[in-house]
Amino acid sequence: MTLQAMLIVAAILFCIGLYGALARRNVIAVFMSIEIMFNSVNLTLVALGRYVAPHALAADIESALTGQVFAVFIIAVAAAEVALGLGIVFALYRNTESVDLTEAAQMRR
Amino acid sequence: MISESFIWAILLLPLASFVVIALVIRPFLDRASALSGRVLIGCLTVALALSLWTLAATAGGAVPDFQPHPWLDVGQATVALGLLVDPITAIMLVVVTGVSLMVQIYSQGYMRGDPSYSRYFAYMSLFTGAMIGLVLSSNIVQLYVFWELVGVASYLLIGFWHHRPAAAAAAKKAFIITRIGDVGFLLAILYLFSQADRFAAAGLDPFHIPDIWQAAQPLATGGAVLGGAALTWVLLGIFAGAAGKSGQFPLHAWLPDAMEGPTPVSALIHAATMVAAGVFLVARFYPLFLASPNAMTVVALIGAFTAFMAATMGLVMNDIKRVLAYSTISQLGYMMAALGVGAYGPAIFHLFTHAFFKALLFLGAGSVNHAAGTFNMRYMGGLRRFMPWTYALTLIGGLSLVGIFPLSGFWSKDEILAAAWQGGGSVEMWVSRLTLGLLLAGVLLTAFYTWRLLHLTFHGEFRGGGEREQSDLAASAPPAAAEVPQHHGAAPAGNHPSGVHLAESPWVMVLPMAALGVAAVAAGFVANPQWVQRLVIFPAHWLTDFLDAGLEHGLGAAAEAVHPIVPKFSLEVALASTAAALVGIGVAMLLYRSRASEAIRDPLERMGPVHRLLSQRYYVDALYEGILVRRVFYRAVAGALDWVDRFLVDGLVNLVGCSVRGVGRGAALFQNGQVQWYGVMIAIGSLLILAGYLVLG
Repeated sequence: MTLQAMLIVAAILFCIGLYGALARRNVIAVFMSIEIMFNSVNLTLVALGRYVAPHALAADIESALTGQVFAVFIIAVAAAEVALGLGIVFALYRNTESVDLTEAAQMRR
Repeated sequence: MISESFIWAILLLPLASFVVIALVIRPFLDRASALSGRVLIGCLTVALALSLWTLAATAGGAVPDFQPHPWLDVGQATVALGLLVDPITAIMLVVVTGVSLMVQIYSQGYMRGDPSYSRYFAYMSLFTGAMIGLVLSSNIVQLYVFWELVGVASYLLIGFWHHRPAAAAAAKKAFIITRIGDVGFLLAILYLFSQADRFAAAGLDPFHIPDIWQAAQPLATGGAVLGGAALTWVLLGIFAGAAGKSGQFPLHAWLPDAMEGPTPVSALIHAATMVAAGVFLVARFYPLFLASPNAMTVVALIGAFTAFMAATMGLVMNDIKRVLAYSTISQLGYMMAALGVGAYGPAIFHLFTHAFFKALLFLGAGSVNHAAGTFNMRYMGGLRRFMPWTYALTLIGGLSLVGIFPLSGFWSKDEILAAAWQGGGSVEMWVSRLTLGLLLAGVLLTAFYTWRLLHLTFHGEFRGGGEREQSDLAASAPPAAAEVPQHHGAAPAGNHPSGVHLAESPWVMVLPMAALGVAAVAAGFVANPQWVQRLVIFPAHWLTDFLDAGLEHGLGAAAEAVHPIVPKFSLEVALASTAAALVGIGVAMLLYRSRASEAIRDPLERMGPVHRLLSQRYYVDALYEGILVRRVFYRAVAGALDWVDRFLVDGLVNLVGCSVRGVGRGAALFQNGQVQWYGVMIAIGSLLILAGYLVLG
């Protein structure tokens, strides 16, 4: 497993997530796609933390873990964001009886 | 010694009267509007006393030299405000305040009952103040400011009865035509401004009038600061301004129309003072004119031509004020011609006497109008029996205008003719001789139209006055086309309905006329022929010598090189001009004697095409209004500008509007409220930035 292969996987994951986030009409599906994009970024951070940072910062092992620390942070923040986002989805559903994103355009006017 | 603050008081008193009348009496005390006339008369009385004292002090040899007060800094140049008191200023001060005072007293009677009584006196104060400022200015920019203020006051007063279309149009015409001349004056000032460096190198101020005089004189190092062709063009610019104000030939068309204003206004502004401002302006810059024979030739020829041409038009006018207007243009032509042939003193002397007798004639015309209810002489006649005082005073004024022996017009006109006869100015001899010929012919014509005026107005039987005119107008409606231009001037004045009440005017109108009559008789004796050594207090040639002394003082060291002509009284010239005058009067008597009562047709109409040419004013007005204004300006210039405005300017504005709206419509397509659409745009944008970075970076 090389850094290159990992980054390619992360890029593929990001593109799948982006496509889903932009193309799906169901809010839940969009949400899941966004989670995929998060995780592609996490994968990138961890991969770079594993392969690039130790060479640059061999003397200081704690700061060499920066990428992994970031990934943990993002997982935590994403969990909170999911709770918040699902709350918005619920509110939307209660008001419009629909989870179709194309219909959620009330803010336009 | 003359104190500067007293001179300022002469200027500020009428201006203060303007402020008081316009800002206090008119808005708050309109019921006591009679007050406004008295305020102005009070101010003018003091100003006249101060002016007489200034004249006495100046004549006593005082040469005041007031320091100018800096006003504006424009780049390297400084515009200062100051007073220039020399003999010509002192004379002009007396003329302006004196005639103005008489006219204001007369106006008390003439304007009685006018709904805009205080507005009238406000304008009159403004005019008098501006005119005094004009003659006192020591700075050419200051002079220009007052020059234009005088023009504004004239505009306001010509259009005083602005509800009458003829008056409004006449005011506009006067303003526009005089502005055309003022462009030349302004260009001359701007040229001086552009030469500020060269003036400064010679230690002179380009705006200070005495410094401008010096600039035209040769320097010790050779060559003048202002000389050659540049000097001639500057002088022609100044003369263009003067010609506009004084109604000289190509720009004369406004003055007869200006008679639409109230008659006292015509007397003060369009006969005695403002129109003389043009002559004053040329005289003010006379040291420059002396240095340029070309400019002098132009002044002499235009003046002489105007004197002759205006007199021919005066022959056939039926409106009494228009006859006087053409006579004014003609007499101003005499003054200009006198300046042109080098007779500085005689020109100002004629200005001095003309102011009195022409104001008197106009006030007489107003008095006649008061009784007959019209200005059209064809409906007057026989008024001598009803208005003996007006008749006697108008006769004095008229004979003075003609130049009959003891009256003032004789002396001043004779000095001009004698100067042209002697020659010796900077112009060539043929110019002097041609001028003399035209002026002598003008004397004959002047005598003819003056007698025609007096005869039609005062002699014979009364021919019905304004009432008859109204019924004739109604009967012949629509009037023949050729009559229209004369009748719109003859329409009854705003506050004088065409009622006829044949009686002498009230004393408040007769008294100022009498005072002017005394002046018209006596003013000639301030410059006596050389063999009268001393008359009361005036030595021979007093006025002309006094003025020439002022001129020489202004010239300073250069006075040796150039001399204005000081004409000697010449019996031959006097006899010739008197003969011409008597022939003119005689012809008029013969032509009009037999036509005592009814006949309203003018014997001059028998001249056919010549009469038509003259009564159409040589078609100059038709040329200006029909061709210049309507064809060239309305159609060609205004049409082109209209096209530019419609298609270029509007098109450009519309293009900007349309393109912004199109961009907005296009951009609105992206704002469709779909979050995912926005997301796609963000993604595409990010990719584009990334691609740009990869390609370019």
